[in-house]
Amino acid sequence: MTLKSVHSPILQVEDLCTTFGSGIATIPAVRDVSFSVNKGEILGLVGESGSGKSVTLRSLLGLSRRYGETTGSVYWKGDNLVVRSEADMRRIRGGEIAMIFQEPMTSLNPLLTVGMQIDETLKAHTAMNASERKARAVEMLDLVGIPAARSRLGEYPHQFSGGMRQRVMIAIALAARPQLLLADEPTTALDVTIQAQILDLILSLAKDFDMGVVLVTHDLGVVAQTCDQVAVMYAGRIVEQGAVRQVLRAPQHPYTVGLMRSVPENVPPRTPLYSIPGTPPSLLSLPEGCAFSARCPQKTVLCEQSRPHLTNETGERAVACFSRVETQGDAVA
Amino acid sequence: MTEAVLEIKDVNLAFKGKRTVLDVLSNRPSRDVHALNGVSLDLRRGETLGVVGESGCGKSTLARCIVRLYEPNDGEILFQGKDVFEASERKDRSYNRRVQMMFQDPYSSLNPRMTTRQILSEALKVHDMCKEVDIPEKMSGLMDLVQLPEDALDKYPHEFSGGQRQRIGIARALAVEPEVLIADELVSALDVSVQAQIVNLLLDLQERLQLTILFVAHDLRLVRHVSNRVAVIYLGRIVEIGDSETLFANPSHPYSQALLSAAPSLDPDDKGKKIHLEGELPSPLDIPPGCPFHVRCRHKTPKCTTELPRLRPLDGRGSVACHHAEEIENV
Ligand SMILES: Nc1ncnc2c1ncn2[C@@H]1O[C@H](COP(=O)(O)OP(=O)(O)OP(=O)(O)O)[C@@H](O)[C@H]1O
Ligand SMILES: Nc1ncnc2c1ncn2[C@@H]1O[C@H](COP(=O)(O)OP(=O)(O)O)[C@@H](O)[C@H]1O
Ligand code: SF4
Ligand code: SF4
Ligand SMILES: [Mg+2]
Ligand SMILES: [Mg+2]
Repeated sequence: MTLKSVHSPILQVEDLCTTFGSGIATIPAVRDVSFSVNKGEILGLVGESGSGKSVTLRSLLGLSRRYGETTGSVYWKGDNLVVRSEADMRRIRGGEIAMIFQEPMTSLNPLLTVGMQIDETLKAHTAMNASERKARAVEMLDLVGIPAARSRLGEYPHQFSGGMRQRVMIAIALAARPQLLLADEPTTALDVTIQAQILDLILSLAKDFDMGVVLVTHDLGVVAQTCDQVAVMYAGRIVEQGAVRQVLRAPQHPYTVGLMRSVPENVPPRTPLYSIPGTPPSLLSLPEGCAFSARCPQKTVLCEQSRPHLTNETGERAVACFSRVETQGDAVA
Repeated sequence: MTEAVLEIKDVNLAFKGKRTVLDVLSNRPSRDVHALNGVSLDLRRGETLGVVGESGCGKSTLARCIVRLYEPNDGEILFQGKDVFEASERKDRSYNRRVQMMFQDPYSSLNPRMTTRQILSEALKVHDMCKEVDIPEKMSGLMDLVQLPEDALDKYPHEFSGGQRQRIGIARALAVEPEVLIADELVSALDVSVQAQIVNLLLDLQERLQLTILFVAHDLRLVRHVSNRVAVIYLGRIVEIGDSETLFANPSHPYSQALLSAAPSLDPDDKGKKIHLEGELPSPLDIPPGCPFHVRCRHKTPKCTTELPRLRPLDGRGSVACHHAEEIENV
């Protein structure tokens, strides 16, 4: 029973590549990334810092064009966004597709009140009149759990605490009722208590408004508690992809296995933690074979010679590895 | 019971607030940030004491008081029985050597224009740790200890990864042979895999050098893993302190219960098993009367709104500051 047979994807990404720089110093930040997101579904994108999560997200909205080149296709309701003009993209951004960035302060305008910022988004992306917009602004602040919403519309971002600012950003992002939310580490800088509130909010909005979500995080716990599907990135590529329960219960790519094992959960206290040996390779000098080979306990001669493709033998799980790890049952314990 | 290395006794610290023009005109007093409100705890020799709590609750302020970067308004901090803020003790620089702080962001605490060698030799010289001729040997020993290659000595901070910079920060702290390490969010900015390496290093060094560690971090899983005991702080007060495994498995204070249940578990089947903590941390400018947690507490009674609960030991558990700790179910 897969969700895919019930829903059709609203977002379908195929062979997305983004390259920065030029000449000998080209950086292949994202390579051949493919995934799809259904209505009401949350896809988690995980990986170590520098693995290409943020660039992937930005590339979906054409935000990597300024410094680099994006190829491949991003089908949004059947229409390829990669070839759309910047003017078209501006209309889509913040309207049908909303994005929450990694740094809340840089994306809120410090000179405008929170109410004005929500109003601007609504003016740009909906046909609402002034009083409808005001009502929606109050409703949104209410929805994200900001007490006394009506009276706080006139306040500036600096008058809110860190956690509230993050929620204000979410309120702005969701004001025009997007059908897709791209959220880049929306809770990484927050306390676990506020994190839990915000993830619950995203979860219920996805279910209530049938909104698709791509959630970037490096916390596998956040994936476990929030996402339906997960894609694990390493050195710019997806190395494992599938339903959250399956991937977290029985990871098959050695990198995913390593990530899961480094989390100090269900490990006897004060014993050495597992750690993936070595560091990620530089994107400027990727090995010819598997990018994970220098750190992989399962590596064979083949791994250094050629690169494994993301295969989808079982139809449910895609893994880019010549020798998938066969873990039965509980890999968590 | 093991001997206490550091005794923190009823420490209070308020940061003086600036008075706005409006405050002056309307004759309002300045608004002070009450960062620490009567914190007492012992740090026992050889243990790791974890400190957890929401952002702004006073964890870093406490750490900074211990290394004398801040001076408490009230209360005392005793190191081997002597008040470290007393004039005679202040002149004694050996405390600065024996109790070392390690910072969250080694990038800003390491001088970018100094090589590792210069950074370490400065630390060794300031505290007269060894004879000039012995410095090179001492340094290669330190590199060994933090598992960095010898050629790291001639590199600058920007040439290292985040995890390697943390190792240099640790090497610098260890250069002066401290007894106590204060680690404030030491690994918070690192990827899990690098985090694991640093944590392993810390546990190993602790055993080899008999270090006492105060470990401040917001990652609860990590604190549980490294700590022998844990203190939960809320608005500048300890609300619960005790054995780490007992506290994490069976938190007694309603705040500890909510805080610990908010940490996202790796098991997808735990979805929805959270205690909802209503509202935000109140501002430390206006700490609620009575139990400071009562505005968010599911178990509050009228008594909680007027009377401050004291930290008191409970049978088979740690010490808890809650009027109703006995009646409240563990979760
Ligand atoms: N130098 C200062 N001047 C004024 N207020 C300060 C100063 N340092 C800290 N504070 C305030 O004191 C309170 C406690 O701060 P502290 O840095 O100890 O929090 P923390 O528990 O370490 O939080 P985090 O988890 O975010 O690091 C906060 O309200 C903070 O804003
Ligand atoms: N504007 C840019 N110019 C050049 N390189 C970039 C740019 N933005 C990101 N990169 C590089 O692309 C890679 C992926 O970055 P990013 O997607 O931000 O990683 P993360 O997975 O941590 O979000 C990194 O090596 C990063 O340094
Ligand atoms: S392809 Fe080889 S090196 Fe790469 S992850 Fe699989 S076993 Fe390891
Ligand atoms: S004293 Fe009262 S308000 Fe405070 S934690 Fe206990 S039950 Fe809750
Ligand atoms: Mg990023
Ligand atoms: Mg702090």
